[in-house]
Amino acid sequence: MEQLRRERLDRSLKVRTEGIYAISAFEEILYLLGPRLLFIVGILILPFILEAAPYWKRVINIMCAYAIIAISFDFLSNFVGLVCLGGALFTGIGGYFTAIYNHYFSFPMYLSIPLAAVSGALFCTVVLLPALPLRGVYFAIVTLMYPLLFSRIIEALNILGGTNGISGIQSFPNPYIEHYTVILILLFFLFGLRRFVNEDIGLVFRGVKDNDQAVKASGINVTTIKIYAVFIASLMGCFSGAYIAHLYMWAGLSLFALDFSIIPIASTVIGGGGTLIGAVIGSFILVPLSEILREAGTLRIVIYCVVLTLFIVFKSEGLMIYLQRKYHQFERWVKV
Amino acid sequence: MKEEIILSVSNLSKSFGGLKALIDVSFQVKRGEIFGIIGPNGSGKTTLINCITGFIKPDSGKVHFKDRDITGFKPHKIAHMGIARTFQIMRPYYSLPAYKNLIVPLWSPRAKKLGGWRGGGKHGDRDTVAVDILEEIGFERDSRVPYKLASTLPTGYQKRLELARCIALRPEVIFCDEVFSGLSMSEIAGMIPLIEKMKMEGITLIMVEHRLRELFRVADRVMALNFGEKIAEGDPHEVIEDKRVKEAYLGSEGI
Repeated sequence: MEQLRRERLDRSLKVRTEGIYAISAFEEILYLLGPRLLFIVGILILPFILEAAPYWKRVINIMCAYAIIAISFDFLSNFVGLVCLGGALFTGIGGYFTAIYNHYFSFPMYLSIPLAAVSGALFCTVVLLPALPLRGVYFAIVTLMYPLLFSRIIEALNILGGTNGISGIQSFPNPYIEHYTVILILLFFLFGLRRFVNEDIGLVFRGVKDNDQAVKASGINVTTIKIYAVFIASLMGCFSGAYIAHLYMWAGLSLFALDFSIIPIASTVIGGGGTLIGAVIGSFILVPLSEILREAGTLRIVIYCVVLTLFIVFKSEGLMIYLQRKYHQFERWVKV
Repeated sequence: MKEEIILSVSNLSKSFGGLKALIDVSFQVKRGEIFGIIGPNGSGKTTLINCITGFIKPDSGKVHFKDRDITGFKPHKIAHMGIARTFQIMRPYYSLPAYKNLIVPLWSPRAKKLGGWRGGGKHGDRDTVAVDILEEIGFERDSRVPYKLASTLPTGYQKRLELARCIALRPEVIFCDEVFSGLSMSEIAGMIPLIEKMKMEGITLIMVEHRLRELFRVADRVMALNFGEKIAEGDPHEVIEDKRVKEAYLGSEGI
């Protein structure tokens, strides 16, 4: 009689060494690439799937913009050890910079967004410089303060449109350019960063998180590393801010709103910190959720809080880490 | 050339509030020797290392490395000049596999300029060089140990990893802060040849140690500290017979 036993799908991969995958068969390649391809193809055809629901098609944009901010938070907190509560600083600065370039200097959109991302990131890095020697919760508090500071300055001095903001910013010529700009940039940042944190220089960044004293003792200037990291993270945040400004054709004080700091953090918690993709999945859950809850009126925040609490209590490791583990535990029947 | 003074510390003092951790400590270390620093708990040994390697700024006194004044330099600058150190409390980069821990020193500007251990790692082959270093220091190459997460390694390997992180930097001086503590006799027996090998490579070692018997097997000269003051210096067996050293360890009534 034929006997069967169960075998884990990744057995042939894991049996060699942890982490170093020697790929020898088509099935193994598919096993490793499958989830990735599913994600990439899924996100690329999403605008076509949602063709029938124009409202939800608009949600894709804001969802991806939040995802980029969430990746930047995940990168800074879980790979460099800087817990940055100032996501709104990045979006605000990026949004206002692109508004200035587009409105006052009438730069076209395809110039003002990248310019705002780079110059905004430089600006953010410079203003965060004094906070860089701080660690842990102290850095978090200081970064939380910055967006409030800038929105108060704009309000008090009544510059850059004051409380009305700057309106009449150029919009995207058609919805597909709108979708694919942000989707492609999201994929670029996601896979770029995933590659980056496993390169040699990325390992140095992770070293700073684990033990910055030892990095110093290896003759590396930790502050320089932190400056690079903040620049990368704020580049992503500023891009999101600039994109949102063009999406709404308006840059105002709400770009400095707490939402841009908090939702990315919640996304990272739900999705699983330290995976990068988890942050993306988290915002793909949270942003549509808050859209659905719009109809619930003021109860929205309550439901939102309950969902967050349930996640933290029952899946505190994060969705992505849970799924990854389950995926590696898939089994199949093989003949003995 | 043999008698060249590589590190010279003069009148180093440091106090934390009212506590005087170091009082006018002076000593000189020759190139290529193993210099031991001993003393009871709280005698200022680790503070001394921290002051020399830049992690703490001394209140007064001077540190000269190869005739250059390095007092008050930043830690990364001192490490860049060739003074490496281990930490008493082992903290490897937990989230990285053991061999990836060495990528950090191999990536440093010093290793990029000079090449890491024996000049390797200059051309981006850092992974291979890292495994070479680990093999050199007692990780079995063909086992899975070098590829394990650093946080899952046993204490003996973590201590070795601390040393490996130092030699990857290709330093001229290594400060070892209690590398023997917490190890079993057989693990120490495995470490001693490593230390002798490093000496053969021409590295100057300054070892802060509690395990005197093991230290005296390798040390050329030792210095004893008590309450932040230097109380003796010289040949290990003379120092241990010194009356003040005995008093420091056993209390004056023990004599």
